[in-house]
Amino acid sequence: MSLPSPEIPLPVVDHAGAAARFVADEARTDWHDEALWHVRQKRDASSAVVPEWEELRELASKIKDHTLSRLDTYLIQFETSASANGIHVHWARDAEEHNQLVYSILDRHQARHLVKSKSMLTEECHLNPYLEERGIKVIDTDLGERIVQLAGKPPSHIVLPAIHVKKEEIGQLFHQNLGTAADESDPQRLTEAARQHLRGKFLEAEAALTGVNFAIASTGGIVVCTNEGNADLGVHLAPVHIASMGIEKILPEPHHLAVFLRLLARSATGQSITVYTSHFHRPRSGQEMHIVLVDNGRSKHLGRKHFRDALKCIRCGACINTCPVYRRSGGYSYGSTIPGPIGSILTPGVDLKKYSTLPFASTLCGSCGDVCPVKIDIPKQLYRWRQTVMDEGGTTLTKRLAITLIGNVMGRPRLYRLAGRTIRWLLRRLPQRIVYARGNIWGRTRDLPDAPRESFLDWFKKAS
Amino acid sequence: MEVGLFVPCYIDQFYPTVARATLKLLRRLGCTVHVPLNQACCGQPAANAGMAIASTAAERTFYKAFADMEIIVAPSASCVCHVRDHYSKANDMAARTMELCEFLVDVLRVNHLDAHYPYRVGLHEGCHGLRGLRLGASTELHVPAFNKVRQLLSMVGDLQLVTLERADECCGFGGTFAVSEAALSVKMGRDRLRDHQNSGAQVITSTDMSCLMHLWGLANRHGLPLEVRHVAEILNSTKP
Repeated sequence: MSLPSPEIPLPVVDHAGAAARFVADEARTDWHDEALWHVRQKRDASSAVVPEWEELRELASKIKDHTLSRLDTYLIQFETSASANGIHVHWARDAEEHNQLVYSILDRHQARHLVKSKSMLTEECHLNPYLEERGIKVIDTDLGERIVQLAGKPPSHIVLPAIHVKKEEIGQLFHQNLGTAADESDPQRLTEAARQHLRGKFLEAEAALTGVNFAIASTGGIVVCTNEGNADLGVHLAPVHIASMGIEKILPEPHHLAVFLRLLARSATGQSITVYTSHFHRPRSGQEMHIVLVDNGRSKHLGRKHFRDALKCIRCGACINTCPVYRRSGGYSYGSTIPGPIGSILTPGVDLKKYSTLPFASTLCGSCGDVCPVKIDIPKQLYRWRQTVMDEGGTTLTKRLAITLIGNVMGRPRLYRLAGRTIRWLLRRLPQRIVYARGNIWGRTRDLPDAPRESFLDWFKKAS
Repeated sequence: MEVGLFVPCYIDQFYPTVARATLKLLRRLGCTVHVPLNQACCGQPAANAGMAIASTAAERTFYKAFADMEIIVAPSASCVCHVRDHYSKANDMAARTMELCEFLVDVLRVNHLDAHYPYRVGLHEGCHGLRGLRLGASTELHVPAFNKVRQLLSMVGDLQLVTLERADECCGFGGTFAVSEAALSVKMGRDRLRDHQNSGAQVITSTDMSCLMHLWGLANRHGLPLEVRHVAEILNSTKP
């Protein structure tokens, strides 16, 4: 489920190293932090005006609980309803099958140009490089996605793919690729240049691919939420519409949308609703419509009792925006398609060793859980993934032994008091250059507290 | 009322004055305080590092030390949060263990304190107290406003609570995170300190000395004019 960032060497994602490189540019880190904090504040304001906000979250969580508990039934119901509407429904076990299916549809129509609207699933499946190797020109039409595509990078955020790029850098990128003036950095003009550039791409595309925000089992319809109208423009112009969806996107009935649509945009960007909320039920006359239902590890995740809740995620990105770690380390530091807190509880399920550091890339502050519109207890899952990582060998034997030793000393009264006394004695007696030697990671940047002669318990024993 | 006092390991070893303030405060409020000498660490460090299995000795010790106490009070939200969330449900330690402010507000129903602290104070909301124990409403939730720590601080004479730009952002301590993600931890801490400084705080207080240890370590290294005081020390302060 990952597109490794160029800076991150395999096999294990070094979040701490990447974060250290990110914060080394403090001004840029502050800018990134402020940009995302601004989105969080917009979320706070737009959700605060909904008096039943907390009830909506509870409802959404329960609807997802119910749906995930009967996922097989609803998926089959969806297939039946969609097929009856004239939509071709396909099932893909994994990314490879998904990519093959999409390619075979395009190939059958001799499509050489594909326009895509926002889809994190196709990022997860690495669809773009797969198709490009087979001679198909893929254009991401969401502005942010187009920017990162031109830069040859994956999105750094699931809703705001280019949030890490400054407008001056976009100006340079557009100057090189779209022929805008060399020093252009006015957002309005740059966006206009992208619009004009994309118009041509929409017109020449023989197929359009969209993601899916929600799929309704009873009607066989899908809902796509965008702000730019790019999904609609692509679908309405092209003779073929392919929609790729993860199997967890199912909702039983259309009225459930009344809960989720109110939560999604407010949580994501602080809008009351996305500019476009498009419902697709059947192909228009003369058009062919395909829906690819993708598993790619989801049913396996569904079987993990403690971690199942992560599949409730509606990809709003609120946990990412609020995360004090993400805001100061950037999306690429996670080395996974989905970054931030939700990525840290999804990706270890895909490759425990590679993503073993991600559950630890958190202070367990809990903001992610409180902001989540479907009430996924993310901090609890992070804690549990930590246990799983350590249990299943996602660490060194030395580290395991060290923690076992410390845990056992600290948990036994006599040993604990002896250790405490010894450490305090050493801290008082040893010269500063030894106390603050290189191995003292805390001490490199922070002073250590004074070591008192007497612990509280020692004092209390004497006093009483 | 009889209570057991649990003293978190780093407070016992490095901040005995915080534990003494807690003890005195509880006594001043009419409690008979038992301090079992056979207590040790709660086990949170190993558990948060992913090895709950290495903290079973700590859990056993805690249970043994406090088995016959009806209520156990601790001047640390983080340790209480660990006991409540992660200790075996086989015994009722979780239900009986309370953070100091929570105990003062919910059990003792304190509505008056003879405390006096004439400084501008910034409240650092420890995440485990705020979102773990729900000592107050976090800014993410849309629930009626309440905050047990603020409620108590408002009873302290001449104390002026400053308004922070980000009311409940994490300081970046995070236990082992402070070392395993040191660069990020430090950046987060420095951002918090800047917020407190800009808000005119002279003293930062919190329910968790661990957050304050991190913030003080940074402030002192950089020579910032900021002091830290555990909330127990402020609630126990008297007019000179």
